[in-house]
Amino acid sequence: MHVRVREGLFVEGDPPALLGTRCAACGSVHFPRADACTYCAAEDPEPIALSGPGTLWAWTAVTAPPPGYQGAVPFGVGVVELPEGVRIIGRLTESDPAALSFGQAMELRIVPLHTDEDGNDVMTYAFAPA
Amino acid sequence: MTDVSVAGVGLHPFGRFDGVSTTDMGVVAVRAALREAGIGKGDFQAAFCGTAYGGVATGHKVLSRLGMTGMPILDVEAGCASGGAALMLAAAAIQAGQYDSVLVFGTEKMPRGIIRSSFFEPWQEEAGLASTPAFFGLRAQRLCQTSGITKDHLARVVVKNRRHGAANPDAMYQKETTVEAVLSSRVVCEPLHLFMLCSPNEGAAALVLRRADLVPSGTSVHLAAAVLRSHIPGSVLSESTPLAGLADDDAPAPTTLAATDAYEEAGLGPSDLHVVECQDTDAARELGSCEELGLCEPSGSAALLDSGATELGGRLPVNPSGGLLSKGEPLGASALGQVVELVRQLRGECGPRQVHGAKVALSHTVGRGANAGVVILTR
Repeated sequence: MHVRVREGLFVEGDPPALLGTRCAACGSVHFPRADACTYCAAEDPEPIALSGPGTLWAWTAVTAPPPGYQGAVPFGVGVVELPEGVRIIGRLTESDPAALSFGQAMELRIVPLHTDEDGNDVMTYAFAPA
Repeated sequence: MTDVSVAGVGLHPFGRFDGVSTTDMGVVAVRAALREAGIGKGDFQAAFCGTAYGGVATGHKVLSRLGMTGMPILDVEAGCASGGAALMLAAAAIQAGQYDSVLVFGTEKMPRGIIRSSFFEPWQEEAGLASTPAFFGLRAQRLCQTSGITKDHLARVVVKNRRHGAANPDAMYQKETTVEAVLSSRVVCEPLHLFMLCSPNEGAAALVLRRADLVPSGTSVHLAAAVLRSHIPGSVLSESTPLAGLADDDAPAPTTLAATDAYEEAGLGPSDLHVVECQDTDAARELGSCEELGLCEPSGSAALLDSGATELGGRLPVNPSGGLLSKGEPLGASALGQVVELVRQLRGECGPRQVHGAKVALSHTVGRGANAGVVILTR
């Protein structure tokens, strides 16, 4: 069975999507979903699903397990710019920095992190070369 | 506003000290600062203690050991800028006429290894998105891209600061290194190698601030500005460490916000500075700090380094103490450690690492929150 690392971040599906909000007052887009616009403080931004594919803006690889992390290393971490004009930090499926380049197309995937104590695969969002 | 002087400074060296507690180190630094200021019990009306990992009542524990309690004692947490935040509060209280003498100190024993920060949600840790070196690596890659910085530049920042640190008896690393050694240390998070990252560690620093008219003019250093700012959202790689930002981000960095306020408060600008201690938690951070503080043009930090200006003996030495790359980073103490160094520089007490003729100095810390602190001192 699959469980999400946190509810409300993403939906599985074809394609999967990140869940964000858009401010009705200033048009800014937020991820994760926000209670109030982080830019102009207007209340109750509209829930949206973010689209793709995006483009790669920055990336690196984590070579030692960070605190609280039970999955495999190395793994990629990067920033992807989505069509909504928002840049998102997330895991990358590619852990070799030399295999990636600025501006390349990236699509969203839902990937396993590790198996929890009940035998469930814990799933999170990640970006993969499109 | 009432003028504020630094009447005394004290330090516990930065490093790893098994069997020495957070309180022990604070006692050493506070005692030294009070002795230099020539004051004792009853002579200061408040104390501000910077600490991030010290726990409940860190400041009280230090002052209890010295038999100096009764006044308000406030622990201040602002991540890497905790000491800067404590200094801002202390200075403001004197400027406003609330107190005439205030003790400011910071003391810290950091956990070993990659810093675990309660800033992150549990799911971010579980997903591997709580890696501080990864955020440093992403920022470094963007800075390399926008400012023409190479790995050779990053290595030369380390070599410069370690050369400075070799002359600092209070630094954790007092041995020089080479570009080859830096580039052959293991990659932690591209483009950053192990030697390009500072070590979280232990230490303490203390200052006595007093109304300027209470301090003999021959020994005093003037606190011209002490500013703390948080972030304006927009940058996905801001020290506020968000999960998203804007593609057309043009928000000034928290460091720039703090520096702009500090220059205005002091009535000075970057061209007036003689010496700088800035945040160099990684080698790219020093170069980014130079740009954000206005020490060079935007995207001009590689040229600034290439010119030799930021070395001891150059036009504007940056991190003559050796920086955090040599000293290590005890969060609550690091910002005040910079100020202690600069006070000693302005007094001409720094021996082989002295910046000759230094009269105007700036210190800078920035970290998670975001918190950015900038202090300007004059002599």
